Amino acid sequence: MRYEYMTPVTIEETIALLAEHNGKAKVIAGGTDLVLQIRNKTKKPEYVIDISEIPTLDYIKYDKKQGLSIGALTTVRDVENSTELLQKYPVLCQAAGRLGSVAIRNVGTIGGNLCNASPSAENAPALIGLSAKIKIAGPNDERVIPIEDFFVGPGQTVLKNEEVMTEIQVPAPQPNTVGVYLKHAIRGSIDLAIVGVAVIAELDGKFCRDIKIVLGAVGPTPMRARGAEKIVNGNKIDNAVIEKCAQAASEESRPITDVRASAEYRKEMVKVLVKNGINEAVRKGL
Amino acid sequence: MKQIIKFVVNGFEKEIAVEPWWSLAHVFREELDLTGTKVSCNEGDCGACTVLIDGKAVKSCIYPAIKARGKNILTIEGLSGKKGELHKIQESYIENFAIQCGYCTPGMIMTTKALLEDNPNPNEEEVREYLQGNLCRCTGYKKIVEAVLYSAQ
Repeated sequence: MRYEYMTPVTIEETIALLAEHNGKAKVIAGGTDLVLQIRNKTKKPEYVIDISEIPTLDYIKYDKKQGLSIGALTTVRDVENSTELLQKYPVLCQAAGRLGSVAIRNVGTIGGNLCNASPSAENAPALIGLSAKIKIAGPNDERVIPIEDFFVGPGQTVLKNEEVMTEIQVPAPQPNTVGVYLKHAIRGSIDLAIVGVAVIAELDGKFCRDIKIVLGAVGPTPMRARGAEKIVNGNKIDNAVIEKCAQAASEESRPITDVRASAEYRKEMVKVLVKNGINEAVRKGL
Repeated sequence: MKQIIKFVVNGFEKEIAVEPWWSLAHVFREELDLTGTKVSCNEGDCGACTVLIDGKAVKSCIYPAIKARGKNILTIEGLSGKKGELHKIQESYIENFAIQCGYCTPGMIMTTKALLEDNPNPNEEEVREYLQGNLCRCTGYKKIVEAVLYSAQ
């Protein structure tokens, strides 16, 4: 695991280095995922490009019309504790706080969590439910894509070798929107999620104008449970609706059996978490 | 290829050549004779390696030393006073029997320091939540939590 190590101070410099070492370079921000991947040889870069010194990628900005922009280098801890986010998008703080431990969150970045693209990435489901977009910088231009299109498989994103994620954008929330993120794990946040569920709902008492239900850790990528959403959209939420919705979400999920849990158990827990998530969303909305 | 980095540890400026793949824990233990920081799981889960970088708890076993350039680091050795007087957190751990084998202790104490800076008056739930990244196989955590609450007084 020998490699060269560079610390560019601009995005342009980073892209130039990535292009120069086409495919043989990896970007490191906090390194809480990459360092271990290099050590156990699942990733073998010859060049490691540390972007954590780039001063322009660490910010949380909110504008009433544009919504939220989060720089890719914002630490997960800063997302968790941001007073701005606690007021406007508390579900993002809830999700960030379920990642690892304080020490990991102090170093790991939200951009890194998304680019690592673990199917159980804590920050992904809520961002998908909020219709977030990802800004990506490359040699020729920038592009902005819906976060749902960003993940293509376990550990795989649409980022090309010479591209780097720069920003996460979240539209201004509709009024009466509530969000809940629930993580099921054995030992609290230090474990990877067995199941993660985000529920983002526009509620009028118990009447649901729009709901997004996003499942983590139960498919190759974080996934919308669209069939489950249809059952709730435009309806009054009662126990029967919640049961049907949770059942549908469970059927849509595609978990695997691994060291943390069996696929069957995960499917059961999808049901439980979706139920709990919707109930909590309704409670928050009242 | 080694690169030379400068950083401050426990109030002293250090200049040292490091390979990019060396962890900060490795540099403390093998290059700087600061063996108070322990390496246990070596994958950033158990917290025995916890140090403070610019006041924040960090798992030094997965933190590349080369990233420490220009940073201000506190290890367990830096917590005691110039004449070796123990910090009140260290005293509290002793008074409250929060140490058995002692291997998790430096990491626990460093995280405790970070906790009390962030939240000078935590309740038990907040203490347990904050210490999630520090594992102990001996004590069952009860005495450690008591020690933390005691030192917050």
